[in-house]
Amino acid sequence: MKRSPGRAGAAGGAGSPGGLYAAPSLFWLTVFFLAPLAIIVAYSFLTPGPRGGVEWKPTLDAYRAIANPSFARVTLNTIVVAIGATAVTMLIAVPCGYYMARSSRQTLLLMLVMIPFWTNFLIRIYAWIAILGNEGFLNDLLIATGLARQSVRFLYNRGAVMLVLVYTYLPYAILPLYSTIDKFDFSLLEAARDLGASKLGAINKVLLPNIKGGILTAFLFTFIPIFGAYAVPLLVGGTDSYMLGNLIADELTKSRDWPLASAISLVITLVTTMGVLLLLRANGTSVLGGSGDGEKPVPEASSAAAYGAQAIGGSR
Amino acid sequence: MRKRSSFSKAVFIGTIVFLSLPLLVLVLYSFNESKSGSWTGFSLRWYVKLFTDSPQLWRAFGNSVIVALSSALVATMIGTLGAVAVNWYKFRLRKYLRTITFLPMILPEIIIGVSLLVFFSGIGLKLSLFTVFVAHVSFNLPFVFLLVLARLEEFDFSIIEAARDLGASETQTLLKVILPISMPGIISGFLTAVTLSLEDFVITFFVTGPGATTLPLYVYSAIRFGVSPVINALSVVMILGTVALTWSTRNFLKYIAAK
Repeated sequence: MKRSPGRAGAAGGAGSPGGLYAAPSLFWLTVFFLAPLAIIVAYSFLTPGPRGGVEWKPTLDAYRAIANPSFARVTLNTIVVAIGATAVTMLIAVPCGYYMARSSRQTLLLMLVMIPFWTNFLIRIYAWIAILGNEGFLNDLLIATGLARQSVRFLYNRGAVMLVLVYTYLPYAILPLYSTIDKFDFSLLEAARDLGASKLGAINKVLLPNIKGGILTAFLFTFIPIFGAYAVPLLVGGTDSYMLGNLIADELTKSRDWPLASAISLVITLVTTMGVLLLLRANGTSVLGGSGDGEKPVPEASSAAAYGAQAIGGSR
Repeated sequence: MRKRSSFSKAVFIGTIVFLSLPLLVLVLYSFNESKSGSWTGFSLRWYVKLFTDSPQLWRAFGNSVIVALSSALVATMIGTLGAVAVNWYKFRLRKYLRTITFLPMILPEIIIGVSLLVFFSGIGLKLSLFTVFVAHVSFNLPFVFLLVLARLEEFDFSIIEAARDLGASETQTLLKVILPISMPGIISGFLTAVTLSLEDFVITFFVTGPGATTLPLYVYSAIRFGVSPVINALSVVMILGTVALTWSTRNFLKYIAAK
């Protein structure tokens, strides 16, 4: 990316319209993104109102509730599903991205990945209900061929949730990996081999460091939504695959314990943000450092996101 | 390398089969005569029902289009200006703006949905299509911001200086220089926002009110308890629609970029 040297001379000062241009974004995101998060923080320390809402009596009840074992079980469930589904997704996505990047028919291959990806999120979930449901394709097939007498219950368990999550988020992992690997100069790998590196050594020391950004983006774009998954466990999950997202929704709409829903949301927010920051730091990048006086290039945290936005959004 | 590449080829082919098979099953079953899962013969009855006898579905579709276009438009206007400010100007809160345009992208959707629901009820705003619109602008804005920013980063600040030196006012610089050069970014930001908005289920689910059902919410209520043949037909129409839309969009963007 070409960084403009003129950036150092970015206009500032009293007559600058920068503040004016930034004002609508600042206003909108402060009021409709940050303030709601702040309210969640506040609510988590208050007493639940009789029918939703809160009473302004400070208490730590919500956090006490988080400490109880039933909550811990849901958390554990969520972690197991998130780690499992992300791991499977990444293991499939890396070779896929690699194959696509090395192929001579990239446009075609890209289309093959994109069409399912463009399909509406709920339709993609629904497709699996149509296949695995009690009246679905597979049961139809099993009964027609005499392999089963009555329909088998494939859905509403943890396996189904993981399967559909992998299905849903696989393209989110493949696309950033593909575009990073595509930019990698494979002659470097040959050079490493020529200089005596083993195949594995060349991959470890040359390929991996160069595609680290893509791996990171792919990981974040799958792990985070899976960790906060709501729709998939709701539609194809059962009691053993009840996740934090479902717990929040139920506390909010059924039990009407808004402070508890807020506290759980806050925990997810903190875990996600910390995870992202730690990963970026481990990756050796400044986090949202942005341009202090050094006028450094765009912080990699947001360029990873921008990159993801382009990989995901731009290609849609 | 040969061995590795045949391994990755096998994984890739498997993946494509895995990704496409469910959609092909939907296509097949959309032509099924019977209501239940078993195949009883070819029929277009579900398509007929979809187009002639699903008023609620089409109302939901209308709501989706209204929200998508309006929220994408507002997000594009706000986000573009924000990107211009961050890329080329110094102002207080610049770092803060970068952070709050980044954060919504890394938070799980459910957090944004829940926090907005709590917020709307806290300020006493009734849930309606308007609250859906507000929520959609909030999650679309960061995408527009980053896509426009990525475009602007290709240009040098000297362009602005040149315009100013030649006597252009700030407004003229914005309208005649900055906006035209950012156009590909603005358009792809807008289209991304439309798509994300049409696609969204989770956030909308929390901030919607009575009578403000969007298409994904309608689909949700229809598939909540299993297979629904009209949704099979709708899926096929939607898949074809998105493919056609995205295809023409891409060509349009290429055309713009080439111009």
